[in-house]
Amino acid sequence: MSQPLLSVKGLSTEFRTERGVVKAVDDVSFDLAAGETLAIVGESGSGKSVTAMSILRLIPNPPGRISAGEVVFDGRNLLEMSDAEIRAIRGNRIAMIFQEPMSSLNPSLTVGLQIAEPINLHRKTPWAAAMDKAAELLARVRLPDAKSRVKAYPHQFSGGMRQRAMIAMALACQPQLIIADEPTTALDVTVQAQILALLKEVTRAANSALILITHDLGVVARYADRVCVMYGGRIVEAGPAREIYARPRHPYTIGLMASVPRLDQEAGSRLVPIEGSPPNLANLPPGCAFAPRCRRAADICRQRPMLVRSTPDHLSACHFHAQLSAHVGT
Amino acid sequence: MSVPETVLEVRDLKVHFPVMAGAVVRKQVGSVKAVDGVSFNVRRGETLGLVGESGCGKSTTGLAILRMIDITSGEVMFEGEDISAYDRSRMRPIRRRMQMVYQDPFGSLNPRMKVSEIVGEPLEVHGLAGDRAAYDARVAALLDMVGLLPDMADRYPHEFSGGQRQRIGIARALALEPSLIICDEPVSALDVSIQAQVVNLFQELQERLGLTYIFIAHDLAVVRHISHRIAVMYLGRIVEIAPRGELYAKPLHPYTQALLAAIPIPDPEVEATRPQQIITGEVPSAMRPPPGCRFHTRCPRVMEVCKSLDPPMRDMGGGRAVACHLYEA
Repeated sequence: MSQPLLSVKGLSTEFRTERGVVKAVDDVSFDLAAGETLAIVGESGSGKSVTAMSILRLIPNPPGRISAGEVVFDGRNLLEMSDAEIRAIRGNRIAMIFQEPMSSLNPSLTVGLQIAEPINLHRKTPWAAAMDKAAELLARVRLPDAKSRVKAYPHQFSGGMRQRAMIAMALACQPQLIIADEPTTALDVTVQAQILALLKEVTRAANSALILITHDLGVVARYADRVCVMYGGRIVEAGPAREIYARPRHPYTIGLMASVPRLDQEAGSRLVPIEGSPPNLANLPPGCAFAPRCRRAADICRQRPMLVRSTPDHLSACHFHAQLSAHVGT
Repeated sequence: MSVPETVLEVRDLKVHFPVMAGAVVRKQVGSVKAVDGVSFNVRRGETLGLVGESGCGKSTTGLAILRMIDITSGEVMFEGEDISAYDRSRMRPIRRRMQMVYQDPFGSLNPRMKVSEIVGEPLEVHGLAGDRAAYDARVAALLDMVGLLPDMADRYPHEFSGGQRQRIGIARALALEPSLIICDEPVSALDVSIQAQVVNLFQELQERLGLTYIFIAHDLAVVRHISHRIAVMYLGRIVEIAPRGELYAKPLHPYTQALLAAIPIPDPEVEATRPQQIITGEVPSAMRPPPGCRFHTRCPRVMEVCKSLDPPMRDMGGGRAVACHLYEA
């Protein structure tokens, strides 16, 4: 088997808070192949965004700290690199797209300049040529009037246009990996579909890998090849998207799927909610973090379940993974 | 079977906000037509869903019905009474029968008030609180109704999770036994696993108490799940109204079709075979809506007539109506 593009092993990230040290990401491991789309799914506090930020070492320290693990990208551990080395990776070989494009764009610089900057910085392309490239990129993300909009400022763009500009910026140096953290949550439904389709199209064309961080199971179903489901800072289930949706092997995943209404389902049926609330990371239960909300919870769940292979390509962190039925919602 | 009674009838409702300019001499330079000719009715015991993207006017419609903002023109008939021109004092007794549940379970509850005060406040305001024992009993009953424990009455909002806060908001809305509850994005701020709890609570309460809801949201899957009928809005207008089953099975308006196609179904097998027709462009400004049909600038089936002539709402039978030139006889 060829080497994965990205291999995250035993990654843990903690934050110092008033209530003590909180482990936001706890022993997270996954691999990503070149050109693959991996979705990291979870609710607030699941650790999905902190995982993404940790990969690029964007965790503010203090209060945050990557306390264990390695992030091997193209054969090198990003966590052991010097600051100069990681800066040469960011925006160049790994690009990131955030939820709020307005807060990741500089309001006082033109959009074109901000897209040209990484090209000039990383590729040593002269400014004039980099600006031409920026216009080309804006056209590639199908921004209307791309040529004249190079000189526009972020506030002159709508939310959807800003996210197109962010994608153009991410593509600037033809990265091998793009990490998109809830890239469309702030957008309208029809624009969300446009942006995600665009992101998928451009990453496929460039054979870039994509990590898509989302809470939306529909988005995952439409765009992801593989899925990691996170809960309480840990991966509770991982595998190919089709496999996870057809035969989920963790009660949390099963519960999530039963609790979202589907457009193609008989209307009027009752949803099956997951009782209780997502856990407080400062006060996680011992053992399985999902146990207090789990209908199957038993004594053994007070021991932490390891993420094990339930089938050759399907991992589950549930003591009962082998017994979980093949049907969603049972 | 008797025809269910109409609780609310909205006729040609318009809400225009003036746009002012000028630093010294302020004058009106235009208006935002947030709601521009909306008509629908709501029957007792049903849930009407209002769905659409930002700027479509769905929230403004809700606020206008409650008369929390001024109506530019049109009629709002609530339980047979035209309230569109009522002033504050005349709205007061009406508000007893019309309540609202808000989106933000963090911003909509006063952090300095105990849960018992929040839930019981409407009773106090309308002079229905009675003596201490009666008040406490009523608050306890309301908390029980929404699945909260009686001893939570003495706690403050910050001690609760988002889902629990939304339950507190619902208990407060129920306090006066209103005829109509307007819910504005009541689950969109909640985590996925919590949304289903609150959606189910709305449905259970409706069955038990015969409540009538207007459910405003951008998430068509949630709206379709909870509503009996759905009105799809675009740029201040209703473009289609239909019973929930038909809306998905056979959407008529090209915008409804686009909206449905844009929403992914959480099943990779289904998604793999679904035609992906994604419409281009974004919603135009409500200050300068396009002439003719407002959707024509993005419509995949646009015709010449759509660019100049505004399509009227057309009754299609079976409780369906659509505003689109494609369906003209």
